[in-house]
Amino acid sequence: MEDYETHEHDVVVIGAGGAGLRAAIEASACGARTALICKSLLGKAHTVMAEGGIAAALGNVDDRDDWRTHFQDTLFGGKYLNNWRMAEIHAKEAPDRVRELERWGGVFDRTPDGRMSQRAFGGHTYKRLVHIGDRTGLELIRTLQDTGVHRGIDVFMECTVTRLLKEGDRVCGAFGYRRAAGDFVVFKARSIVLATGGIGKCYRITSNSWEYTGDGHALGYHAGAELVDMEFVQFHPTGMIWPPGVVGLLVTEAVRGEGGILRNGEGERFMERYDPRRMELSTRDVVARAIYTEVREGRGSPRGGVFLDVSHLPAAVVKRKLPSMYEQFRELAGVDITREPMEIWPTCHYAMGGISVDPETGASCVPGLYAVGECSGGMHGANRLGGNSLSDLLVFGKRAGEGAARHAEEAPPPEADDAQISEAADQMLGYLAGAGDANPYRLHEELQSTMHEHVGIFRDREGLLRAAEQLDELARRAEHVRIGSGGRAYNPGWHHCQELQNLIVCARAVTQAALRREESRGAHSRLDFPAYDQYWSRHNLVVRKGREGMEVEPRPVASVTELAPLVAERKAAEAAALAAVPDEIEIGP
Amino acid sequence: MSYEIEAGEGMVVLDAVREIQRTLAGDLAVRWNCKAAKCGSCGAEVNGKPRLMCKTRLDELPEGQPVRVEPLRAFPIVRDLVADVSWNYEVNKRIPPFTPREDVEWRMGQRDVDRISEFRKCIECFLCQDVCHVLRDHDLKARYFGPRFMIRIASLEMHPLDALDRRDLLVHEAGLGLCNITKCCGEVCPEHIKITDNGIIPLKERVVDRFYDPLPIVGRRLRRPRG
Repeated sequence: MEDYETHEHDVVVIGAGGAGLRAAIEASACGARTALICKSLLGKAHTVMAEGGIAAALGNVDDRDDWRTHFQDTLFGGKYLNNWRMAEIHAKEAPDRVRELERWGGVFDRTPDGRMSQRAFGGHTYKRLVHIGDRTGLELIRTLQDTGVHRGIDVFMECTVTRLLKEGDRVCGAFGYRRAAGDFVVFKARSIVLATGGIGKCYRITSNSWEYTGDGHALGYHAGAELVDMEFVQFHPTGMIWPPGVVGLLVTEAVRGEGGILRNGEGERFMERYDPRRMELSTRDVVARAIYTEVREGRGSPRGGVFLDVSHLPAAVVKRKLPSMYEQFRELAGVDITREPMEIWPTCHYAMGGISVDPETGASCVPGLYAVGECSGGMHGANRLGGNSLSDLLVFGKRAGEGAARHAEEAPPPEADDAQISEAADQMLGYLAGAGDANPYRLHEELQSTMHEHVGIFRDREGLLRAAEQLDELARRAEHVRIGSGGRAYNPGWHHCQELQNLIVCARAVTQAALRREESRGAHSRLDFPAYDQYWSRHNLVVRKGREGMEVEPRPVASVTELAPLVAERKAAEAAALAAVPDEIEIGP
Repeated sequence: MSYEIEAGEGMVVLDAVREIQRTLAGDLAVRWNCKAAKCGSCGAEVNGKPRLMCKTRLDELPEGQPVRVEPLRAFPIVRDLVADVSWNYEVNKRIPPFTPREDVEWRMGQRDVDRISEFRKCIECFLCQDVCHVLRDHDLKARYFGPRFMIRIASLEMHPLDALDRRDLLVHEAGLGLCNITKCCGEVCPEHIKITDNGIIPLKERVVDRFYDPLPIVGRRLRRPRG
């Protein structure tokens, strides 16, 4: 076994987006010796892409808002499959986390009297999203980054973890490599926090960046953690369609928040037929399905999408409130959005599913292993509201950092097992050796095709079974994936051989869970089971690694007795609103 | 190294590089992430100019000629198109971060927000650092923080609720005086930040007020309590 670098810390955070950074800052503040590992350069995690805003019931613009409504909105969006306690904590603590961000130097748009301004967004009853133009994610991550680098955290940039190390039941470290030279590195730790984001690269059309290969989901799965709600993959209704290189690129919901209108190829404002009350600001699952249906029924735009139009708004407003959208369309597609409509189509955007965690501490069922942010699951249920992710990162980032630090105080000193390290090293080295001919990029494309065809916005049993078969076949071929050239120094092909394995785990988990949930709810739509089901209204699906392979098992929704009146109140209000609008198709749970 | 691939409609340089990676050279070292000009990862020198590869359309480059793509030459090269930009992260640690004024009501005007928001749009692509002749040609990384960090310092100095004065830092460590207003930085900034006009020159003016302008200096001396 070659030499490798070793580090020892109390808490190791894997992933440096909003959640990872916030967790590392908190762990360090609690006195833990903290390491922060990221695959990309610091400050460039996918969080930078978030455009909408941070949802927090501050009540700055509408003082009727408070945590109770935010909680109700979150549960309604999640179609009541959320972990209720997580949604409660999130609604209660988001305001404090946002104020804290300001005190750390975060800068947001103002109300006329100088406080943080808040804007409307899909599914939020009151104007709730704190924002700065359309670049709130950048603001959040930069503020955390600039704070974090002065808090004594050891940062390991461009370092990828391939395996978690265990001592009996509990995690005790991580194995990885430095991207630059390809050298191996071992991190010994008393607590590990997974904050690796989502799985969008499983899909061909996605807004997600290069990093989103589900590394944390796979690392957790292999270490014995449970994945929950994997069938719920959010397709954001508005992604770019043209030119080919930008397919899937996000067009922020803020465009609709600022007054953007959706029209089909016939010029009709079609949301009237799907959700006349909320129209374009309905929840994302409803809008995505509406767009898909319009196009499938022949009313699409020339390139097979629909139109999103802000040309009726004053050009100055568009340029000030949506500057990066204006730029993006002008630079990359040659379209001036102040004058012409945008052509859009749904894009894979967010994974509601992830590692199941304790709502108070972010702890998984594996001792010492925590998860936070998009790679954790349960907070958003069957569908996430816009703006609720950035707030999720801050609220649970803090809690997981704290949880991990407290655990580290009690945990024994970590001992790294040579056998596990050797195995991990051999796995990576195996991608360079041998005569296998499977090209990781091509296999990845095939995986994306399978998911796009059969596990997209609309699913059915036949398609899901076919997907499961194709993924099994892909997994077999992925055992022989090789990169025949380049050696170990910054070799993306070599790196991708491992990322492919992670993608396969995630794709299979989504497919198996989608097969099992025989109903349509939130982001999961079964053509063969189009209605809600009483049993599935009360259960989540958990995916775990069993002796024979992947196991899928239902588990009752984690509700909270004290919150039942709030939930009942919202359900009654929604039912009354539906009853008032004749001919609406939706069947409530 | 030379590669030939078929260019599609609306393709950007990064699409072409990834196509090469996918089909011809699986080990081609290139750094990218969002492909939407937001993360600042894919900086390179395209036909000699620092650009984001994801934002450089092939059809804006001269037709019928090979496209030259090189790593950011102001930094040490890791491999192929990947440069070692870690120096920038070391510099950031030397800048005292935002430090809020105590006991102050947290209110700000939109105009104050807009002023520093221009600076905070920076995606840390380091193209400005790459093009700045002080860093690139004169290799003065030990004495000049570079335009990106002038902008960072400007965003802090111009924040109405920040309590610190970084002018000493600007003069004695950050090398503000080494900038001779060539303005190449602003030309390459993908976010169109007016680095020199809105960031560096105002900082120079504040420094002059503190260190060089005789009237305010005399005024401060007169106002200083004796004894």
